Amino acid sequence: MIQWCRTTPISLMKRSLIRLEYIRHDSSPVSQVETGMIGSNPTEQSRVIAICLLAGKIMLQSGGETYRVEDTMKRMAAALGLPHSHSYVVPTGIFFSVDATEPAKLIRISERTTDLDKVSEVNAVSRRIGQGELSAQEAHDLLVQIEGKPSSYSTAVQLMAAALSSGCFTIMFGGGWSDFLPALICGGIGYAAVIAFHRLVRVKFFAELTASFVIGILAFLLIYMGVGHERDKIIIGSVMPLVPGLLITNAVRDLMAGHLVSGLSKGAEAFLTAFAIGTGIAVVFSLFM
Amino acid sequence: MLHFIEQALTSFVASAAFGIIFNAPRRMLLHGGFVGMIGWIIYIVLEYAADAVPATLAATIAVGVISQIFSRMFRAPVIIFSVAGIIPLVPGGLAYNAMRSFVQNDYSAAMEMAAKALMLSGAIAVGLVLSEVLNQMIRRIPASIRTKSSSK
Repeated sequence: MIQWCRTTPISLMKRSLIRLEYIRHDSSPVSQVETGMIGSNPTEQSRVIAICLLAGKIMLQSGGETYRVEDTMKRMAAALGLPHSHSYVVPTGIFFSVDATEPAKLIRISERTTDLDKVSEVNAVSRRIGQGELSAQEAHDLLVQIEGKPSSYSTAVQLMAAALSSGCFTIMFGGGWSDFLPALICGGIGYAAVIAFHRLVRVKFFAELTASFVIGILAFLLIYMGVGHERDKIIIGSVMPLVPGLLITNAVRDLMAGHLVSGLSKGAEAFLTAFAIGTGIAVVFSLFM
Repeated sequence: MLHFIEQALTSFVASAAFGIIFNAPRRMLLHGGFVGMIGWIIYIVLEYAADAVPATLAATIAVGVISQIFSRMFRAPVIIFSVAGIIPLVPGGLAYNAMRSFVQNDYSAAMEMAAKALMLSGAIAVGLVLSEVLNQMIRRIPASIRTKSSSK
């Protein structure tokens, strides 16, 4: 113990890494009693941590709310025998620690999509673990399966859905049925543009700006060709699939749950998206008017 | 009346289609559409009777509460149901008109509409919060009272 105090930080770090992998860690008897059978075995413990991190990662990448991710990770850890875990989740990363002796784990989240199916499946897995229906191994296999699952709808179906919702929104916002078809076209092509540009350049705001620009140009073109009557209604309806609805909802829910950092950053992301859409349309207007 | 049927139908389809865009589970698409439809009907009725801000507030609360009920009934995250219902209420049209007026150098009209859009966004936020509070209150009421009040 005296030797430990004299070591440099780097060698200390090395030593703790080695300790994590090879040597049975000597936690105090109190925490061993508290964490139960699984927690006392370091390999088992690190496996539970890995499972919790995987679940949190899938949820956060698929658009789950921050408080739900934290809650799910804590519950899963408790059900698998680690009752004293702490998780701190922000939109770009997850910190997870089980007790004071283990180093905290960190996962960086760089890519976020919206896949509510995965959120609800991970939720179901966590519930089944809580009810004792799943062992750690089974849960791990299920989570790996969920992570590798392709999205439940093909891109073509999603494009059709975006087109259909654009048409419907045009009617909802007071457009006539003659504007339904042009909105269908604009909305579908606009959503295709956002997917294509996002694959081309990995900057989300640029993709949204360009897509709304494309929508604006198309709407002007269609009106010029005599298809549709109300340009404004067509544009508003077509832009709707790009509107950051999920971000707005999540931002408010996170703020209310006390996750101020996540709430504010999601709000900022939503604002930037809205700004990008508005700018794209504004550019079209300043070109043609 | 025809107008109402048209609005109900389009809002149902639009909300369900949004479920597909967000990759919602297949068996929950119709529920999402239903939540969206109820929210939108409340909105258009109240907007006609009163003003857009209280209409948005009431519609958001309704969407929030129905989503919480569905979430407990079908054991799925709330967000699957609430997201599709909130989208139609987002003041996209106003924000668009505000942006358009800015570009056309009509700043006073633009500011007016931007302020209104901000008010509506605030109404959505407050509505979400209120539905959350309502939900927590419902959860705290003991089960016996809840069954009594629901049987009335």
